[in-house]
Amino acid sequence: MLPESIREELRAIVGEKNCLDKQEALVAYSYDATPMQQALPDVVVMPKSTAEVQQVMRAAARHHIPIVTRGAGSNLCGGTIPVGGGIVLVLSRMNQIVEIDEQNLTITVQPGVRTVDIHQAVEALGLFYPPDPGSMVISTIGGNIALNSGGLRGLKYGTTKDYVLGLEAVLPNGEVIRTGGKLMKDVAGYDLTKLLVGSEGTLAIITEAILKLIPKPQTQRVMLAMFADMAQAARSVSDIIANRIIPGTLEFLDQGTIRVVEDFKQIGLPTDVAAILLIGQDGEPQTVDRDMERIAAICEKNDAVQIKVATTAEEADEVMTARRSALAALSRMRPTTILEDATVPRAAIAPMVAAIQEITERYGLQICTFGHAGDGNLHPTCMTDARNTEEIERVEHAFEEIFAAAIELGGTITGEHGVGIVKAPYLEWKVGAAGMEIMKGIKHAFDPHNLLNPDKMFAKQSRNRVVVQRA
Amino acid sequence: MLKEALVNKLDYDELSNCMRCGFCQPACPTFRETGYEAASPRGRIALMKAVADGVMEPDKDFVDQMNLCLGCRACEPVCPAGVPYGQLIEQTREAIEEVQEHPWWVKAVRKLAFFHLFPYQKRMYQLGGFLRFYQRSGVQKAVRKLGVLSILPKQMREMEAIMPEASGKGIVDFFGGTVIPAVGERKYRVGMFHGCIMDVLFHETNRNTVRLLSEAGCEVIIAPDQVCCGALHAHSGEREQARHLARKNVAAFHKADVDIIVSNAGGCGAMLQEYDHLLAEDAEWQEKAQWFAARVKDISEVLALLVEPKAWQSLPQRITYQSSCHLRNGMKVTKEPVNLLQAIPGATYVQLREGDRCCGSAGIYNLVQPEMAGSLLDEKMSHVAATQADILVTTNPGCLLQMKAGIHRAGLEGKMEAVHIVDLLARVQQEEKPLSTPE
Repeated sequence: MLPESIREELRAIVGEKNCLDKQEALVAYSYDATPMQQALPDVVVMPKSTAEVQQVMRAAARHHIPIVTRGAGSNLCGGTIPVGGGIVLVLSRMNQIVEIDEQNLTITVQPGVRTVDIHQAVEALGLFYPPDPGSMVISTIGGNIALNSGGLRGLKYGTTKDYVLGLEAVLPNGEVIRTGGKLMKDVAGYDLTKLLVGSEGTLAIITEAILKLIPKPQTQRVMLAMFADMAQAARSVSDIIANRIIPGTLEFLDQGTIRVVEDFKQIGLPTDVAAILLIGQDGEPQTVDRDMERIAAICEKNDAVQIKVATTAEEADEVMTARRSALAALSRMRPTTILEDATVPRAAIAPMVAAIQEITERYGLQICTFGHAGDGNLHPTCMTDARNTEEIERVEHAFEEIFAAAIELGGTITGEHGVGIVKAPYLEWKVGAAGMEIMKGIKHAFDPHNLLNPDKMFAKQSRNRVVVQRA
Repeated sequence: MLKEALVNKLDYDELSNCMRCGFCQPACPTFRETGYEAASPRGRIALMKAVADGVMEPDKDFVDQMNLCLGCRACEPVCPAGVPYGQLIEQTREAIEEVQEHPWWVKAVRKLAFFHLFPYQKRMYQLGGFLRFYQRSGVQKAVRKLGVLSILPKQMREMEAIMPEASGKGIVDFFGGTVIPAVGERKYRVGMFHGCIMDVLFHETNRNTVRLLSEAGCEVIIAPDQVCCGALHAHSGEREQARHLARKNVAAFHKADVDIIVSNAGGCGAMLQEYDHLLAEDAEWQEKAQWFAARVKDISEVLALLVEPKAWQSLPQRITYQSSCHLRNGMKVTKEPVNLLQAIPGATYVQLREGDRCCGSAGIYNLVQPEMAGSLLDEKMSHVAATQADILVTTNPGCLLQMKAGIHRAGLEGKMEAVHIVDLLARVQQEEKPLSTPE
């Protein structure tokens, strides 16, 4: 419990209405989109300016109170759960687009702006901000930056990190730093911009960002390619890229997902195929047409059972429905849906999916896999019930093996969701003991008293490496 | 105790099905207005679950937050997990109602309205007759002139100002019978749900509904024993009374043996369509309730299926459409009303920006939550004004009144009118053919 005097101090900074400590508020800010994780904060503070953030940070530092910064709370790694109590700092009231600079092709935003609002604002001007995390209709750009969010266009356009040019951030001592700027080139010192992107709220509080924009692609086309054999779908992915075609979208659905989607939507997907690839291209009309033809030929050469190229907007929508319905279809099967994001090099997709299947069967679970084949980012998704503790224990072991399998194939424990609390025990598998030490050193340099998002990314105890035996 | 009542009523499985993804938030009017997590569907479900799990006590803040919800259910179509939020909020309100101590006058008004007025259609007509006398005899003019109304809160004054002319007679009286034959070959036998308030304040809309159906080839049966749908009851926590009304309606229409049960009010239609859920635990009524629910359609669905817009008169005006939440999110009817409006010859259809967002009427919400309702209405009217439409079409009496109030409030009177879709279609339907009525 925080003493009343500290609450007084916080109220004085942000105003009575923006400092909440009634039960209702504490419960409402005790969770994010991560299944089975919840912890009550002591107080919820909603600042409206960088100056207020600074003052709140100074007060927190003075009294050694942990701060968890939060936007929409749509993350899936437990990154915004106040595990140690303290202050939940909600930045959604700082939601202004400060400037769209058409001369420099940049947009300057406050952290609470929704990603979809950035898309709409710039696309109205014929410009484009490519990162498109699945939750972009609710997620805020501050959260996207803090977690270096990915999305469906990662393969061709990169992820959030590739579009952040500069940041304004409040340090744990209350100082404000500005990194980067409206610059395409800048090698002055360590790249603090890149360091803060993906730092999961553990180093500083991002209060403004300058993002890079590009011209909006003229046209977009999509197709579905269905394969009887998983390996051939995977080979098509590598063949497309080896043929120097970088599609705008290259998504993958496994058989389990296809069955559930078809059951849910009845859109006429063949349920006996092993995998479906959803392939899209955007750009100049002639280039797009040529690429679509070449991609179709590659899929045919790899024995695609059926190829459906959308010629009209309605057909394109129909094709996209398959991918868009995946989460809804899966999440309706059982009460608890655990959406993970193991990532492997693109060429390792087939063995990774096989490994997931094998692990799923061995543990007697329901796990379907879909995701971004183009960038190797897979979403093994488990349908379970949090109330069934025995099953949940099996789920945990299964995912542990899935992460281990990803590492073994040269991949990583998370491609776009972040480490947070959920993946913290496995981080050392990926970065090694020396990597952990240097990361902890960086954390200490920024935040010596461990006030910002404590217990995230660095677990108190790391898990032992599980060696997975496969035939 | 509220806690026990909630634990008893809440469907814990559905609470667990919420995966907290937050996709509901941009659709929620109260979240958009406040930016406050607890004022969103995800937040409210988290609060319900916290009570069910024993993490928090259901205190006054909890109750206030549940009452702030409009019940528009815009969160349901966007929920990946398909959580039936509307049912959860009704269960919560039923529990709150069970233990809540209202001041004596609120108790009296609730009892009068929910138990002694709405369930008895004859009394509704008597009230209609009384209102008609008030409106026609000059009393209304005198009252307005004397400024007596200034003692009423602003929202009530606005409602008084736009109150349509009431009727003491329902459509059965008007047509002089309960069976209106089809014009030409009979295609369907359609049960007309006339509603409680609809048949008093919107008798012309009901009359037009019967006329359009009959001319479209439907034999219209106005089942005589039908009563109020119970939506206002269910949304205000009186689910038991809603069940009582549901059984009466199911019996009335089952006896009439109709192919389709047609509603011309989105709020009623959504309720009627959910009778199977409402009576799910009633073994005796379950099957008949399913029979009933499966037959309920909105008037726009039936007309879209049967009418021939080519025969319509030209209407060279700009038309825009505010969809009713319960028609859209409850009955899932979105295309038909728009298709009908777009088919009117000569008319220009203009899409209303955020026409899929609640207007703030929400049953009696605009009276009990005037502040939130007012700010939602003002935002709505700014979008309405931008369409520069001559006609603003709605599909539900509550929304229609709210839009009339909004036009009044935004000073758009004389520039724009709010019309029920049925009345607009009756306007463009070629000359009124006399309907043959039974002897």
